[in-house]
Parts: sequence; C-alpha cells; structure tokens
Amino acid sequence: MNSTEFIIQGIITAIELIAGMDPYILSIAGVSLKVSGTATFLAAMTAIPLSFIISHREFWGKQTLLTLINTGMGLPSVFVGLFVFIMLVPAGPLGFLKLIFTPEAMIIAQYILVTPIITGISLAAINAVPPAIRENAYTLGGSHRDIAVVVLKEAKFGIVTSVLAGFGRAIAEVGAILIVGGNIAYTGSVGGIGEGLSYTRTLTTAITSETSSGDISVAIALGLILITINLSVNAAASMLQRRGEVSGTA
Amino acid sequence: MNKTLLKILLVMFFAALFSGCIQPDAEDAPAGTMILSTTTSTCDTGLLDVLNARFEEENNVKVLTLCQGTGKAIATGEMGAADVVLVHAPSSELEAIKRGSFIDRQFVMYNYFVIIGPASDPANVTHATSATDAFTRIADAQAPFISRGDNSGTHAKELGLWNEIHITPQGVWYQSVGKGMGDTIITADIKQGYTLSDRGTYLAMKDKINLVALFENDQEFLYNPYHVMAVSPEKFPDVNYGMALNYIEFLTSGEGQGLIQDFGLEEYGQPLFIPAHNIDEDV
Repeated sequence: MNSTEFIIQGIITAIELIAGMDPYILSIAGVSLKVSGTATFLAAMTAIPLSFIISHREFWGKQTLLTLINTGMGLPSVFVGLFVFIMLVPAGPLGFLKLIFTPEAMIIAQYILVTPIITGISLAAINAVPPAIRENAYTLGGSHRDIAVVVLKEAKFGIVTSVLAGFGRAIAEVGAILIVGGNIAYTGSVGGIGEGLSYTRTLTTAITSETSSGDISVAIALGLILITINLSVNAAASMLQRRGEVSGTA
Repeated sequence: MNKTLLKILLVMFFAALFSGCIQPDAEDAPAGTMILSTTTSTCDTGLLDVLNARFEEENNVKVLTLCQGTGKAIATGEMGAADVVLVHAPSSELEAIKRGSFIDRQFVMYNYFVIIGPASDPANVTHATSATDAFTRIADAQAPFISRGDNSGTHAKELGLWNEIHITPQGVWYQSVGKGMGDTIITADIKQGYTLSDRGTYLAMKDKINLVALFENDQEFLYNPYHVMAVSPEKFPDVNYGMALNYIEFLTSGEGQGLIQDFGLEEYGQPLFIPAHNIDEDV
C-alpha cells in the first residue's frame, strides 16, 4: 500500500465511521465535550468574578496573584497532570477521595489549566474598558454593583472570548488528562472495531493510543472531529471579537 | 444585565450535560469496577478485550484497563491506584512483592520475544546463532536500533541482552523512544531499524508494517513469561481485593487458559500467547 492510498483509505474509513455514528467515536467525543465543557464552566464561574475583583479592588498579595495568573496561562499541561496525579493516587494526600482515573480527575486537571487563561483574558478585557465609563456611572450615583454591571456590558465580548479560549485549550489538551484519566475505554466489542465505549478516553488521548496500535483511520476520524470542534470555537471567538469591535466604535 | 453572556454560558453548561447523555452506559463508573494495570502488549493485541468481556459478564463488574507498560503498571499498583496487575518482568515483580506491594502472584502465559527489522537486514541478524549473537551483530554494524526506553518488560529484556554481551548501547544508531510497543514498532518501521518486540504485538501489527521477524525461537534468551498479581490489601485496604482474586482465578482457570490458547489462532494461524498455568516455574 503506497502512502497516498493509505491516507485516502484512512480518510474514507474516517468519514464512514463519523457518518455511521460509530458508538466508540461518539462516546469519545461525548467524554471530551463533557469533561472540557464542565471544566470550562467551573473555571469561568471562578475566573470571571476573580477578574472583576482584581480589576476593581486593591488587596494584599494582588501582585503575587497576577504573577501566578500570568504563569498559569502558560502552564505545561504534563506538569499539571503530574501534580494532580500525585495528589489523587491512593498513596497521595487526597487519595481518600478515590478520584484517580475518573472523568472528575480530568476535570480537576483542566480546571487548573483553564482558570488562569480565562482570568487573564477577561481581566484584560475589563481593564480595557475606558475609565471614563466607570467614573460616569460613579458620578451618576451608581453603587459598586451598578458599576460592575456597566463594565460587564462593555467587556462582555472580551469575556466570552476568554471562555471560548479556555474551552479551546481544554479540548485540545492531552498531557494532563492522559496522566490522570488513564485513557480508559470499557471492554467489549461495539461498532465492529473491537473497542468498547469510552470512560476516560478523549479525542486527544484516543488519537495517541489509536496511532500507537496502528489504527490510523480511527485516529483520523477522531482528528477530524477534534479539528471541527476547534474550528467552530475559534470561528465563534473571532465573530464575537468583530462584533465587539463594531459595538465598541458605535 | 448581560443576557448574551449568561445565555452562552448556560448553553455551554447544558451542552456539557447533554454530551454526557449521548453515552449513558459510560457516563459514570459502574457500581462495581476493578482497575487492571498492564503492559501494552496485552492491550495492543486485543487479548484483553476477549478475556475481560467474559470476566465482566461472569462477575458483573467493569474492568478499567490501564495500558501502561510493565514498569509503570507496577508503579501504579504500588501507589494503590490499581487492584490487579498483569505484567512480564519477573525480577521487577519479585522485588515489588518483597516490598509488600503485591500478593497472590500466578503464572498466566508466555511467548517468545522476536527481533524484528528491515527485510534487507544490514546487520545480517538472520544468520545469528543466538539472540545475544544477533544483538552483537546489530551493535557491530551500528545498524539503527529502536529501544522502548520506557522501563517496560520488553525494555528490561532488551537491557538484559545488552548486559549479557557486555555492550553499553550508545551512539546515534541506538535510539530510545520512551513509548509503548506499538509506537516503538511504528518508529522502527519508519526508520528502517531493528527492535525487540513481544511476539503477540508483532503478529498483531505485522500487516501494518514493512519490518519482518528476523530472529526468533531462542528459548533461552527470548523467553517472555506473564504473571498476574493482586495489589496488597494490607498496604491499601481500599483496593478491590476480592475482585482481583476472582480475576487471578479466572485467568488461571480452564476457561481463561482456553481463551488464551484460542486467541489469534484463526487470524494468525498460531496462538499469540501460550497458556502456562500447568507449567511448573520457579521464577
């Protein structure tokens, strides 16, 4: 089999698997969306209020926190994986929670990776709101809450972009979730490709293991789904950014 | 209020919840689970799919399989993160038992390692008289050799062979990839190099690669025994020791041994692993 044949055959099989709603492929995409979606949601719930607090208040340790956030934005995912792994194995300090090799462990790892990213980007969006707008609200007799609402309205596109950027990082991540999730699929023959359904196997970790066992067409199918999700998220982010620029100049 | 932002966040949240519903069986770990950490060869060949499907049916349990390579599989067990391990590095197994990490070790099956490489065979391994002779020829020819380099059972065997001929493999011809058997074979295939593989993984991947088996059937140096053992419940009281015992019993039972005996017969014309429970063994 020459190389072009092998790639074309791979893509054809991949499209067949996707079009046929192969249960193995679907379950992997499902676990990916569930883990990354939950981690991003929880991270956003922490990060957005945090970025407001950092932007609007002075407190002890603020500079240290900013340094931590900046470092966290580029944290190597395998390091986070190692850290969470050490914490969660039964011999580790949080071993009693029995979370190692579960989707929850992967959510924790991705939460740690994504929170600084959402915080950093939404903080930049909030800081970019012209001070005049805040001052106006203040002179009009607005409370802290009113001012926050006004700022949120101005910075909303930037904040949504930060959440999408966080989700993009989470869904593309492989190092940490491979370590803490274990890339587990259930046994049993489903869909005729000799695999069961995913438990902690995601699009990215499955691509690594399918490539190792030489199942290139399955890997291509997973890659196509992953890149489609990534493209959609990026398209949404840039669309929002454009709308943000238009409304900003209006 | 900013409704757009709220809406988008809500949609993301429900999308996350909904995606869990697509695969109801896999949403959460089933009530009864057992974690097996094992070497990549038993996963890559598909043997475990067959064995575990039957075991799950009979014991109403879900087996969560970690395919890690022997070194990591033993380490995972020693941290209490698995219930049972199936591995192939006798000396590391016995050391871990001495440390009190595992109990109930049983001999399950064996096969032989094979030395695979390019059909052109630049190091003339085909004419070797033993596995050690084959390794000497590869080193002398400085032919590319791809090492697992991952502290696995196969890696341990490979290092043992170099040690046997008093060669410290080094230089650009000797490349360590730090990956599982499948990845290592694929790397060797691309680089047209030699590597040491367990027989099962080689046979399972034979049709996907251009490398061929150049040297095999060295009963002394290429012997590859697999053992199963339970993580010590004394060290880790929370492990599923009862199910680990069931699993060990299943693998060594007539039924488990029969499944091993038949696995691969139809597809490869020979079994990938030879059941071994009736064989006396001191290691």
